[in-house]
Amino acid sequence: MYDIAIIGAGVTGCAIARELSRYQAGICVIEREEDVCCGTSKANSAIIHAGFDAKPGTLKAKLNVEGNAMMDTLSKDLDIPFVRNGSLVVCTDEQDASELERLLEQGKENGVKDLRILDREALHTMEPNLDDHVTSALYAPTGGIVCPFHMTIAFAENAVANGVEFFLNTAVTSITSLEDGYLISTDKQDITAKTVINAAGVYADVFHNMVSSKKLHITARKGEYQLLDKSAGTHVSHTIFQLPGKMGKGVLVTPTVHGNLLVGPTAEDTDNKEGINTTREGLASLSEKASHSVKNLPMRQVITSFAGLRAHEDNGDFIIGEAADAPGFFDAAGIESPGLSSAPAIGVMMARLVQDKMHLTEKENFIATRKGILRPEALSLEERNELIKKQPAYGNIICRCEMISEGEILDAIHRPLGARSLDAIKRRTRAGMGRCQAGFCSPRTMEILAREVPMEMTDISKCGGSSQFVYGYNKEIQEEMP
Amino acid sequence: MKSYDLVIVGGGPAGLAAAVSAKENGINDILILERDKELGGILNQCIHNGFGLHTFKEELTGPEYASRFIEKVLSLGISYKLNTMVMDISHEKKVTAMNRKDGMFEIQAKAIILAMGCRERSRGALNIPGYRPAGIYSAGTAQRLVNMEGYMPGREVVILGSGDIGLIMARRMTLEGAKVKVVAELMPYSGGLKRNIVQCLNDFDIPLKLSHTVIDIEGKERVTGVTIAEVGTDGKPIPGTEEYYSCDTLLLSCGLIPENELSRSAGVTLNPVTSGPVVNDSLETSISGVFACGNVLHVHDLVDYVSEEAGIAGANAAHYILSGNTADACNTNSQHSDASVSECSQPSVEIIPTGGVRYTVPKYIRPEAMADKVTVRFRVGQIYKNCGIATYFGDERISFRKRPVMAPGEMESVVLTREQLTNCPDLEQITICIEEA
Repeated sequence: MYDIAIIGAGVTGCAIARELSRYQAGICVIEREEDVCCGTSKANSAIIHAGFDAKPGTLKAKLNVEGNAMMDTLSKDLDIPFVRNGSLVVCTDEQDASELERLLEQGKENGVKDLRILDREALHTMEPNLDDHVTSALYAPTGGIVCPFHMTIAFAENAVANGVEFFLNTAVTSITSLEDGYLISTDKQDITAKTVINAAGVYADVFHNMVSSKKLHITARKGEYQLLDKSAGTHVSHTIFQLPGKMGKGVLVTPTVHGNLLVGPTAEDTDNKEGINTTREGLASLSEKASHSVKNLPMRQVITSFAGLRAHEDNGDFIIGEAADAPGFFDAAGIESPGLSSAPAIGVMMARLVQDKMHLTEKENFIATRKGILRPEALSLEERNELIKKQPAYGNIICRCEMISEGEILDAIHRPLGARSLDAIKRRTRAGMGRCQAGFCSPRTMEILAREVPMEMTDISKCGGSSQFVYGYNKEIQEEMP
Repeated sequence: MKSYDLVIVGGGPAGLAAAVSAKENGINDILILERDKELGGILNQCIHNGFGLHTFKEELTGPEYASRFIEKVLSLGISYKLNTMVMDISHEKKVTAMNRKDGMFEIQAKAIILAMGCRERSRGALNIPGYRPAGIYSAGTAQRLVNMEGYMPGREVVILGSGDIGLIMARRMTLEGAKVKVVAELMPYSGGLKRNIVQCLNDFDIPLKLSHTVIDIEGKERVTGVTIAEVGTDGKPIPGTEEYYSCDTLLLSCGLIPENELSRSAGVTLNPVTSGPVVNDSLETSISGVFACGNVLHVHDLVDYVSEEAGIAGANAAHYILSGNTADACNTNSQHSDASVSECSQPSVEIIPTGGVRYTVPKYIRPEAMADKVTVRFRVGQIYKNCGIATYFGDERISFRKRPVMAPGEMESVVLTREQLTNCPDLEQITICIEEA
């Protein structure tokens, strides 16, 4: 029996796993997908919010501000790409200026530092591409951008280094309470644990409701995004928000930490918890909405579009804590925006709640740091040549758009929780994430994965499950067909 | 730092022909940098025939056509590096490249020929909504998997776009046992060669639906189906025309984009219509001594024209090197937008594409310095029947050539002679347009 089983290997589950791995305890993370970071965590705005959005007194407000403050140390310790580029909430109508003031006051009350309102002139110098109708903006220098893949993977890898086990490709089918814990049935093996932590994103209500009569209800709220080529990556340098409306924070325009430009999200409630499809209407609405805050957006340079589902709980706040009628069953539910920003603090809060209950002993040999995949582009010419001499694979470029070498792909495959699909390699290295969207490199990456794991070419998938790329050798399928 | 007279970026059909030509024009110190594991570029995966009818007066496969040039490169002793990625080209013609053996290294070149080719437009760039499962390939990626790796990427196929690679792959997948259900083309005409529509679709009873596009992709892990719909003249889907096709594969053949990231970072001025460099009659870009040819310059219909164009680039690069003008500072301000092509010592005349002509390559002609004959190539923006190509020097129509049919899928050309231009000393601009016959 595990001491702790965490359901869901998104950023929340992985942050919790990493925090709990400080203690002497048997911990596992159960994830239905083939990799960590496959749900909401992989498809969002990739923003570390400053923390002025949420109502004072809510968990969202508290944990966002705490999580934001943790990012400087955390990004160094765990080697996560993170930049405090600052954010602007722009106002395009003088009549709404009072709303900016309200946000400013709310932010101050939440504990956000250095907030101030800037006038048109100051904004023009900071962001020449703001729309001409922008009259003023709330500036939050502590706002930042992060790679959500690397953040989640970093938590997970560090958790593994500290003894946490991951069960990937393992879907929880039911949870029943035992005398001294819970029986978690999955499509693979049964898992028992004294404590269960529910970090299952849009499915957190389903699992909670299996053990508790105090029902939760989570609505999947779809957000569609468009990602622009790096040649458009400097169109704005800050994260540009619009004044929040009823359906979330409006459409933002932001550089990403890797140098692209991201536009989104839409906000559309859906009954389909698997509904991560983009829509014609949604995508069309993005450029229209974004044009209210940023002018001359080069939407011709879109290289991909995607949609994520936010887990919106009816009461609107995060739910973090032990279920009232299910001792030992802890929820981290309703983790919608600012969930990514809050994840580090959610991890700490959940670890404290579990610790209060379980009285675990702290490890003496906790490993607090983790190194990410080596990025040769950050090296000098001499260092790079030294590296290539030792490992020639670093001299072999596989992804032409992002200039990713075979060495980086090998690292992604062979490190803890190593990549076993092209998407997993992509999230770790960016191979296939550039302007040609893997047109050139996918056959080459498949070859490397097949050789290294090793596995059959016909088993190589985009993202696990039945997402294989090829069906067999030429002519073979002819014989199979009637 | 190593130095070469001429560095050619890309060892595909353009780079090979350029190298051969430069060598034949007196340059010995040539280096071809190729990122793939063999010379020949995209021709290596084009195992169908139809190449070389113009150049060799016979019908070759892609690899055969490439081998003709590869053999010449080898017999001429031209040096090349494979598996070598060019990472950067500077305005001062310093090339930074990398491979497993040499690591990252720099080369100073007197002249550079850009021959990087093009890439395919991706699903993301096309803004096709829906899920993002496996089974969506650009036609060229599928071609590589089938023809070079020997793998079948799908069983039931829908193709969006009727570019030549898509048409070729419709036939190829059919021959390998897949069922190609339909080819949908957004435009009211095909972007491919007529002969490919006949030989690859009609001969196999594969329907081509013009003015249709994919409006939805289904399948969370692997494609399970796509919905296509007719589009109106505004390019928007017409409600009620949706048709669902169950399939496991969607191939995209929706246009090619010249790969000019290196050119852009070097400061080469690009033409927004072609996405390729702006060049003069010697195929020199806005940076003096940097030439361009092949699909990196503009997307060609036939490789024969690539070879021809690359031969001209190679010869002009040779002349440039041999003339000793390599330190010429005439182009130092060419990074600025107002001087898109070097005026150098030679005045040039701009060619204005209009009336159905989308662009021209070259864009500038130097009457004093040009060759006796210069072929100006271009594409038209729609199908034209019973029209012709008119060339104006200023307001005067100096030539008109009747063309029964012109289509965007096929390149057109006009030949300008040095004699014509030198006879008009005050000529300010040349206009090429489509007019009714």
